Amino acid sequence: MPAFASRFAAVLLLLAAPFAPAAEPPRTVALTQIVEHPSLDAARRGILDELAAAGFTPGQNLKVDYQNAQGNPATAAQIARKFVGERPDVIVAITTPSAQAVAAATRELPIVFCSVSDPLGAKLVRDLDRPGGNVTGTSDLSPIAEQLDLIRELSPAAKRLGVIYNPGEANSVSLVGSLKELAPGKGFQVIEAAAPKSGDVLSAARQLAGKAEAIYIPLDNTVVSALEAVIKVGREAKIPVYSADTDSVGRGTVASLGFDYYDVGRQTGQQVTRILRGEKPGDISVERVKKLNLHLNPQAAAAMGVSIPDPIRQRAVNLAKP
Amino acid sequence: MSGIALLGAIEIGLVFGLVALGVYLSFRVLQFPDLTVDGSFPLGAAVAATLIVHRVDPWLATAAAALAGALAGLATAWLNLHLRILNLLASILTMIALYSINLRIMGRPNVALLGEETVLSALQDRAIPAYVLTPLAFAVAVFAIKWLLDRFLASELGLALRATGANPRMARAQGIRTEQAILSGMALSNALVALAGALFAQSQGSADVTMGVGVIVVGLAAVIGGEALLNPRTVIWATTACILGSLLYRLIVALALNADFLGLQAQDLNLITAALVAVALVLPRLRSGPAR
Repeated sequence: MPAFASRFAAVLLLLAAPFAPAAEPPRTVALTQIVEHPSLDAARRGILDELAAAGFTPGQNLKVDYQNAQGNPATAAQIARKFVGERPDVIVAITTPSAQAVAAATRELPIVFCSVSDPLGAKLVRDLDRPGGNVTGTSDLSPIAEQLDLIRELSPAAKRLGVIYNPGEANSVSLVGSLKELAPGKGFQVIEAAAPKSGDVLSAARQLAGKAEAIYIPLDNTVVSALEAVIKVGREAKIPVYSADTDSVGRGTVASLGFDYYDVGRQTGQQVTRILRGEKPGDISVERVKKLNLHLNPQAAAAMGVSIPDPIRQRAVNLAKP
Repeated sequence: MSGIALLGAIEIGLVFGLVALGVYLSFRVLQFPDLTVDGSFPLGAAVAATLIVHRVDPWLATAAAALAGALAGLATAWLNLHLRILNLLASILTMIALYSINLRIMGRPNVALLGEETVLSALQDRAIPAYVLTPLAFAVAVFAIKWLLDRFLASELGLALRATGANPRMARAQGIRTEQAILSGMALSNALVALAGALFAQSQGSADVTMGVGVIVVGLAAVIGGEALLNPRTVIWATTACILGSLLYRLIVALALNADFLGLQAQDLNLITAALVAVALVLPRLRSGPAR
């Protein structure tokens, strides 16, 4: 046992050595992420690119410590403790569980979260406009209000908006909840059609024919997996189908307004920069994603009886090929 | 490594010490390869967190979590004993089912406990910081549970359990009701794991449906690592080895997290952890010479 203990101590000393204080200490940003995932990795790249654009270059005046829990929550907890012990200038937490682990470990060090859909529900902040504590960040909640505006622009006469979703998907239920809150303000009446299985999507879409002037597909895994059934009904009944998911536009929906996770990261990077320049996280409001990209499918629009005005066509970042 | 990181590793190591005790009970004492733990750990977290946000007393919520874990263990044992499903497969079935059940219990994938009244709230805002008090409190709790488990395994029912695992045919010949022994052992094992999940959720500020990933691997690594370290010959030393193995595993992860100056990156973490665990397993053997 003593031999093991002394070797253990030697390894500890060896590992502590690189953390000796340097002459001109660079600013430190510590990033923790729950798992490798294309969207999350893109967000992280966006954060680091934004920091570089603001003049914080890794290796020169910025020290970046990035750790990934590789899907293990206990490791995420340990990463949180490691960061809190090292006291970086800002801790960036990508995803809800990573952010919660850091928030549980410190009430002092500045935390900026990224890719958290519901910061209030996750109890990371008490108030979105004035967080007050040591936590702020960017929420990646679906931009439902902006999507409703888009539908209003493209289908000006539509009164009744059909929505197809799986009531068993927690995310869809909350999205449809906020849709029903926002729709009356934009002049829409929401007509719901439930599709508990992907096999039910076609009949749910048929049920909406004649009852709605436009159909909206939220980010619902069940419905998106059987999207072609909805598009078929939309083409037959000349009801335009809009989607929250931008990838669905290529599959035949008329339009979608969404965001890239890289841009979410850039926006989070701006908040990190503000804290590095001396602002307090409690004074920085939690932001929704600002940069939204319009995706259009002119061929689908024509088939579903929608004419796309030129000004809208010019705003699109992506026109799906017919 | 900072003091906070070290104490954090000890705190998480103690919580997973309970997982290791549960895994020891199923894998080693009962010889029942049980993967239910990947489901019963988040089950404990889900039950405790859901009850706490519904303003149930946190101690009661934690007890209910352990009880839920016991039911999960019973389900696996019942599938095995009464439906004659192979033990490993029975535990996998319970584990998969628990994913959906946990979602049902929580009503969403993540229940936050930040700022809620938990069993650890009393340790906040004291003269000594919570990151020191929490591992101390966990140490007392975990070793108390270990002591109770040692007592139980020396009792008549405990001995019946050990006999059932060692030689079920012989145990039956001695008049031991092996079915009952397996049912109670599996219930106890998963109650311990669910208790660990409940404590982990309360110390980390949330219960998440994905938090069971790899719990069985960590539990097994702790049990086997502890055995390599102490080479236990009695139950008391075996349970001690479980807790020490779990602490060692967490210290190794903490070391791996600090290995980036070697040119290793975040994606290498699991590889470094595995390599260090392998070294830790081999070191004690080197000490006693190659003859062994």
